[in-house]
Amino acid sequence: MKLYRISALFERDMRKFFRSPTLMMVSMIFPLVQLIVLGYAFGGKIRGVRVAFVDNDHGAEAVRVRAMLDAVRTGPGVIRLVDYSTLPAAVRDLKIGLVRGVILAPYDFSYRVEHQDNPRLVLVEDNTDRTISGALESTLQTMVQQFDVPAVTSPLPAQTQLDVVEVYPYIEYIKYLLPGSIAMAMFVVAMIGGGITFIDDKSRGLHEGYLVTPIEGAELVLGLNLAGAIKGLMAGMVITVVGGLIAGVSGLANPLRLAYLALVCAVAALTMISLMFVTMVRVDDPMVPRAVFGVLNTLLFFPSGAIYPIQGFPKWMQAIAVVDPFYYTVHALRYLLLKGVGIAGIYHDLLVLAGMSAGFLALGIGLFKRQL
Amino acid sequence: MSAVEVDHLTKQFGDFTAVDAISFTVAQNEIFGLLGPNGAGKTTLIRMLTTLTPPTSGTAHVAGCDIVREPNRVRESMGVIPQALTSDPELTAEENLSIHAKLYGVPAAEREALVPELMAAVGLEKFRWALVRTFSGGMRRRLEIARGLMHSPKILFLDEPTSGLDPVSRSNVWEMIERLRREKNLTILLTTHYMDEADKLCDRIAIVDHGRLKALDTPSRLKASIPGNDVVEAEFDRAPADWTAELARLEGVRSVQPRDGSIRLSSAEGPRTIAALVELVRARGVTLRRVSVASTTLDDVFLHFTGRDLRDELGEGRYSVGHLYR
Ligand SMILES: Nc1ncnc2c1ncn2[C@@H]1O[C@H](COP(=O)(O)OP(=O)(O)OP(=O)(O)O)[C@@H](O)[C@H]1O
Ligand SMILES: [Mg+2]
Repeated sequence: MKLYRISALFERDMRKFFRSPTLMMVSMIFPLVQLIVLGYAFGGKIRGVRVAFVDNDHGAEAVRVRAMLDAVRTGPGVIRLVDYSTLPAAVRDLKIGLVRGVILAPYDFSYRVEHQDNPRLVLVEDNTDRTISGALESTLQTMVQQFDVPAVTSPLPAQTQLDVVEVYPYIEYIKYLLPGSIAMAMFVVAMIGGGITFIDDKSRGLHEGYLVTPIEGAELVLGLNLAGAIKGLMAGMVITVVGGLIAGVSGLANPLRLAYLALVCAVAALTMISLMFVTMVRVDDPMVPRAVFGVLNTLLFFPSGAIYPIQGFPKWMQAIAVVDPFYYTVHALRYLLLKGVGIAGIYHDLLVLAGMSAGFLALGIGLFKRQL
Repeated sequence: MSAVEVDHLTKQFGDFTAVDAISFTVAQNEIFGLLGPNGAGKTTLIRMLTTLTPPTSGTAHVAGCDIVREPNRVRESMGVIPQALTSDPELTAEENLSIHAKLYGVPAAEREALVPELMAAVGLEKFRWALVRTFSGGMRRRLEIARGLMHSPKILFLDEPTSGLDPVSRSNVWEMIERLRREKNLTILLTTHYMDEADKLCDRIAIVDHGRLKALDTPSRLKASIPGNDVVEAEFDRAPADWTAELARLEGVRSVQPRDGSIRLSSAEGPRTIAALVELVRARGVTLRRVSVASTTLDDVFLHFTGRDLRDELGEGRYSVGHLYR
């Protein structure tokens, strides 16, 4: 094994990389678009849901409910009330989607409130949309509780309160998503710079030019993977900083934090490029990496916990996460970006990623064909 | 010691034998040509010699080293210009050369001296810093020849160095190859399917067809070895049934070969044969539509040894385009 041959190959890749900014741009645009669109699409609180109000009671208490619901509109703004005179008309509009829920004050509502006889409001909801009906239910629940307390003296003893203690300040979804976007940037570099150009170069015959020189298979594999890892590290760090600014992550100027982030990105980028290399080492058809891209992307990104905690996944998907380099990358980056600085929260991820890289590289060297 | 020794080298792809027990030696400082049509097995043979593909059987030595047992010593001793263009279009000419030299461990001082020297030798000194993407096919080919020389090899393998080049670029490349051979004391093994190229450039020629070696000698001896010094080609109307037999009895004629509508006569003395032919035609009332006489070319040699015409072979379109770049 000769270092100068590895470095010659590394030099070739880096020169090509810096010559054309396309790869860098492409590898950044996809993750940033994803970060912004997913971050704002899923991260926002639900607002301005049109809800029908049907007052069959016409009593004083129903008017009070109406006023409180309206206050919800001017306050948190979850709902916007629309008055309907009959329940069937409201339900018809619910079915065609003009309103997303119907609140009904039954004819005996005021009477029952006055006599403390189990007064009830009715919420008719469109249960095909769990997110909206969930938001409506919880808003209404809160409101009904507020309603009860001053008006009705509860016969029950004071209930035990659940005290919630948050360890970290409230995290916006876009910040939660950022580690996944950084991992995605490194993956795109591995996919394009590793998978696609590797096979394009092979089919253009460029490899034949190297294979007639005394370079060893292992040197070729290491040179290509090293260059790929450095490219991935650069893309990862750019997204860390740019994405961090967009998402409003604080403490990015801390050099120690940046150093740890770079360490995680370097190891993760090596894992991804070597994974890509092993996948593509025996492929000759330039169509293959392009076709595999989407599948691999979905298979690695979504089960990794990048956009949703893996505790919410079925067992088989959690099993993918265990062998998914994205999972460890996202976990380590999330720790460094949102929680703390230090080796304690990331050493396990680093060990697993380094082990995976070593395995993929060994496999890649073993599978690489030195001859045509 | 011979520069290249090939002994019963064979390559099979499944049942198909692409190179069939070929043996020859190439002397030091010789320009040796492998001449054959598309699919003859030239590239496969070169790929075995340049350690790109393992032989099925047989042995070969390049610069005294066994191609199977000492592949790295073979790689160090030779420069290779494969049939496909293998320079990197996204790098400059300079980068292509120096990165290639680094793979051989050529020291920096030597690299810096060699790059301008070789760029000048192939007539590209003005394009040292240009991206190879902007080069024409001929420029790229010349750059790749320079690249193959960056580690000062003693043996150069060129697979179809002039295919796809215009006539001017082709003769430029020929001159360049000649000069490099002289100045750098190189041994050169090249493949071609151009008769004129083999004739002008090569000291010796091996005719290869269907993976077999059909003939091997200097161009002039190959031409002398086939019957006749001249070729008379003629077309007739109203030829009688025994016409070819009658032609064979004409003065000087050594052999007769009908060939799509016309007839080729190998003759020891072309002009006399023509005179006799004209008399015979008049006597038998046959119309002579066209007649020509030419001295024997490698085309005729190829036809003689393979029973096929190289030009026809090339035009046949039996081999896919992709194959050309394999
Ligand atoms: N990898 C391969 N697998 C199967 N058959 C092959 C392979 N490589 C070459 N061949 C076959 O071997 C034969 C010789 O091919 P080769 O490329 O050596 O011809 P060539 O003389 O270089 O032709 P050309 O002038 O077109 O370059 C052809 O019939 C080709 O189809
Ligand atoms: Mg060929």
